[in-house]
Amino acid sequence: MGAVLLEPGSSLKYKTGDWRAFKPIVDEQKCVNCLLCWIYCPDSAIVRKEKWIEVNYDYCKGCGICAKECPKEAIKMVEEQK
Amino acid sequence: MPQRSHQNGGGAKVTIVGMTGDEAVAYAVKQSRVDVVAAYPITPQTIMVERFSRYVADGEVQTEYVCVESEHSAMSACVGASLTGARVFTATSSQGLALMHEMLYIASGLRCPIVMGVANRALSAPINIHGDHSDMMASRDCGWVQIYVENAQEAYDWTILAFKIAEDRDVQLPVSVNLDGFILSHSMEGVDVLEDMTVNQFLQARKPLFTLDPDKPITVGALCMPDYYFEFKRQQVEAMRNVSRVLDTVNKEYGRITGRNYGVLETFGMEDAEAAILCLGSTAGTARNVAHKLREHGKKVGVIKLWLYRPFPAEDVIAASKHLKALAVLDRAVSFGAPYGALCSDVVSALHTLQERPQVFNIVYGLGGRDIEPSDIEFVLEEALKTAETGVVKEPVTFLGVRE
Repeated sequence: MGAVLLEPGSSLKYKTGDWRAFKPIVDEQKCVNCLLCWIYCPDSAIVRKEKWIEVNYDYCKGCGICAKECPKEAIKMVEEQK
Repeated sequence: MPQRSHQNGGGAKVTIVGMTGDEAVAYAVKQSRVDVVAAYPITPQTIMVERFSRYVADGEVQTEYVCVESEHSAMSACVGASLTGARVFTATSSQGLALMHEMLYIASGLRCPIVMGVANRALSAPINIHGDHSDMMASRDCGWVQIYVENAQEAYDWTILAFKIAEDRDVQLPVSVNLDGFILSHSMEGVDVLEDMTVNQFLQARKPLFTLDPDKPITVGALCMPDYYFEFKRQQVEAMRNVSRVLDTVNKEYGRITGRNYGVLETFGMEDAEAAILCLGSTAGTARNVAHKLREHGKKVGVIKLWLYRPFPAEDVIAASKHLKALAVLDRAVSFGAPYGALCSDVVSALHTLQERPQVFNIVYGLGGRDIEPSDIEFVLEEALKTAETGVVKEPVTFLGVRE
C-alpha cells in the first residue's frame, strides 16, 4: 500500500528487463570471448563465462549495443515473443 | 469568546462558543491533538492557521508548527510528517490549493491521512478572494476525500470526524473539509464544543501502518513502472470505496456522543417531494428555508445536501432522488467546456442507469462570491416544479444571477 518498500536493498529483486523488445542471442560457436560487449553494455547485463559470454535477461533492456559492437557478429537481436 | 455550557443530546457536556468557521476548524484541530501543522496563510483560510499558531505560541498544544514559504512546500512538509506516523493538518484556499496540486496526488498516492481545511475561494483570473467551489472542484480527481460543510458547527464536527475517517485502517487517505469562503470562514456562529476529554476518547492516537524511522528504514516514493503502478491506483480506488462504510460507522459513534448525526448526505422534505435542489455547503441552509416556506404553501419540494462529495455517494444520491420528477443541481464552479458543472455531471452519471429517473438540470451560481438569495432559490425550485409538471428540461444549464 502506498508503494512503500518495507526493507532496504530490495532493488536487486526488481527485474528491469521485462520491457525489452529485442533479445540478444549469443552464438557460442562464433564468440571469441573478447569481452567488448562486456565493456560496452550500459546495464552490466553481460555475464563473463570461461569460453563465451552469456546475457542476464533479468536486466538486459535489449538496446543492441552488444550486437553492434561484436567484431565476430556472434550476437543477434531477435524480436521478443509475447 | 462568549460561552455557556449545557448537556447535549448525546449526553456529553458541551460549551457553546461564538466562533467563525475558520476558528471552529482551528479549535477542532487543537482538540484533535495534531502533531504537525505546516501551512501558508491565504485569505479566507488565514484565520485557521493564525488561530492555531496562537495555540502553539501560548503552549496550549504540543504541535510542531512549520512555517513554510509556499503551499507547495506546506503540502510537501505535511506528506513527510505524515509518513513518520504523525497526525497532520494544513489549510488553504484558491491559488494556494492550486499551487499544492501536484503534492495533493503525492499525499493520496502515499496514503497519508492528512486533514486539510479549505476555505473555498474563487480562482484567478481575475483575482477574487470570495467564496466559490472552483478551487476544490479543480482538484476533485486528486484522490482526496472531500467533505463540504454548511455552517461553523459542521466545520468543527467534520474536522474531528475527518481525522478519524482519514486514519481508519481501511481508508488511509487524506481528507479535505471544505467551507464556503467568507460566508462560513468569517461568519461568527454559536458552536457546540465538546470537552477535550470527550474528543480524546473519540479520536484515539493515530495507528500508522508504516512509519519513516531511521532505526528501521523503509523507502517511500520509489519509482514504480508500468508493471506495478496500476495496482497501487487500484488500491486507492478500493480505499475510496471503503470511505462510505467507515464514514457511517464513525458518524454513528459520534452521534451517540454528541447527538449530532451526520452521514454522506442530508435531506429535507424528500419523503414526498416531486422537485428538489441538490447542492453543497452553506447554500443548503438557504435552500432548506425556502423549501420550508414553499412546502407550507403545499408545494412538494425538497433539498438534498451532500456532506460527502468525494467519493461521490452515487447509491445514496440515487436512493434520495429516484422518486423525484425534477432535480436542480447547483454548482458553485464552472467546468469549462463540460456539458454540466462537476457536481451535476456526477449526479447525471449516477442516475443514468435508472429506467425511471428525474429530469435533471444544472444551475451554475455564486461565482466569485456572488450572493445566492432566497428569491434565487425560489426561482430554481419553481423552475424545478415546472419541469416536474411538463417532464421537459427547458434549459440544461442556467447561469443564475449573472448579467448576460
